[in-house]
Amino acid sequence: MKKLSILFFLFIFNFYTYAIPYSTEPQEFVNELVNDAINKLSDKNLTSEEKSKYIEKIAIENVDIKALSLYTLGELRKSSEKKDLKNYQIAFEKYFLKSLTSRLSDYSSSKFEVTDFEKKSVNYTIVNSKVTPGEGDPQIKIDWRVYTKQKDKPLIRDLIVEGLSLARTQKEEFASILSSNNGDINILIKKLDEFSKK
Amino acid sequence: MMIKRIKNLFISALIITLISTAGLKASEECFEGVSRSIFKFNMVFDDIILEPIAKGYSKLPEPIKAGTGNFTSNVATLLSIPNSLLQGNIKQVGHATGSFFINSTVGILGFFNPAEKIGLKPHREDVGQTLGKYGFGPGCYFVLPVLGPTTARDSIGLIADSFIDPFAHVTIQEKELFGMSGNSLDYFSVKSTTAVDFRSDNITNFESLEKNSIDLYSSLKSIYLQDRENKIKNSTDAQDDWGNLDN
Repeated sequence: MKKLSILFFLFIFNFYTYAIPYSTEPQEFVNELVNDAINKLSDKNLTSEEKSKYIEKIAIENVDIKALSLYTLGELRKSSEKKDLKNYQIAFEKYFLKSLTSRLSDYSSSKFEVTDFEKKSVNYTIVNSKVTPGEGDPQIKIDWRVYTKQKDKPLIRDLIVEGLSLARTQKEEFASILSSNNGDINILIKKLDEFSKK
Repeated sequence: MMIKRIKNLFISALIITLISTAGLKASEECFEGVSRSIFKFNMVFDDIILEPIAKGYSKLPEPIKAGTGNFTSNVATLLSIPNSLLQGNIKQVGHATGSFFINSTVGILGFFNPAEKIGLKPHREDVGQTLGKYGFGPGCYFVLPVLGPTTARDSIGLIADSFIDPFAHVTIQEKELFGMSGNSLDYFSVKSTTAVDFRSDNITNFESLEKNSIDLYSSLKSIYLQDRENKIKNSTDAQDDWGNLDN
């Protein structure tokens, strides 16, 4: 009986912790992922904490946070010490997850639809979509840069909202902080930590 | 007469200063300290004046908001006509001219947008974009009081706009065109309404950006520069600068 309980517990545990399987085709992957996030964020039976945890979980599994962190650091990623780079990546992930949850919560009542896609190279597919935030609100065009090097595991690298790349905006924001602090990566890490603790 | 001379002198001085910085990259600042101070002032201006008005405006019935947005867009189309012509984009000249005449007549002074329903979708063009098409770089970046982010090229464009915009011609310069004329108040009323309409459409976007930025000044700078690049290219395809970031 005890063994059965353990098996049952393991089954339940795995059910909740196992990666949520989305399609491997970039356009279906984005469609399923975003609609899943919107449904969870608008689920009135879940607490804010449960919603945040869920969004963080699907982001960790489906967004290329490591590549994004290196991209946003710009050229400094080549000259930084390994230890600093590691600390930066840890701080970036916390910062990214917090800001992503906050941003998505702002648009949780939106209607989402994938409209088209374009395979740019072996590594990238751009998935086009449109979002209608609320009734009467203007539609927003969002393109998703999907990294497809691993065919069975597409990963999101960037969101391009009405032609404005979030990754590039982030990169230029970090560049400005670094430039006014003599390129000191530790100041940037400190600022990311401060944001995550807010 | 004296005021006109001072105005001309100021414009000339500004143009000389801006041309001398035109070789700089857009990411370079003309005078960052001053721009950051002006940015802080603009944020206070937004908090106290623009945002409350935009929030009030957003509560108006949808047909009134849509009509106002259509009206200001229709007036802005007038500036797109000469600029599309200067860019040699004859198709866009046709779209802008057709759209303006149809919306001003059938669309009752532009409050409705029947032109869009028949496929006329003019791009918004200004002199800054035209100069960009001609190959002029953006020059350095700075922030103007109330008007917000700009570059050397775009600020020269902004001054030139007031000379080639037919709407500015009949309002600010109080000249007659096809029997119509107005005054400065008409011009600034339409421009203020455009700003309120834009701010109202972006209440959530601004709040989200403000909440999630570590350095809001730099975020808005990046967004402004990307938006101008896209408008010059007439495309929303983001540039690919990911290089060889392979896992």
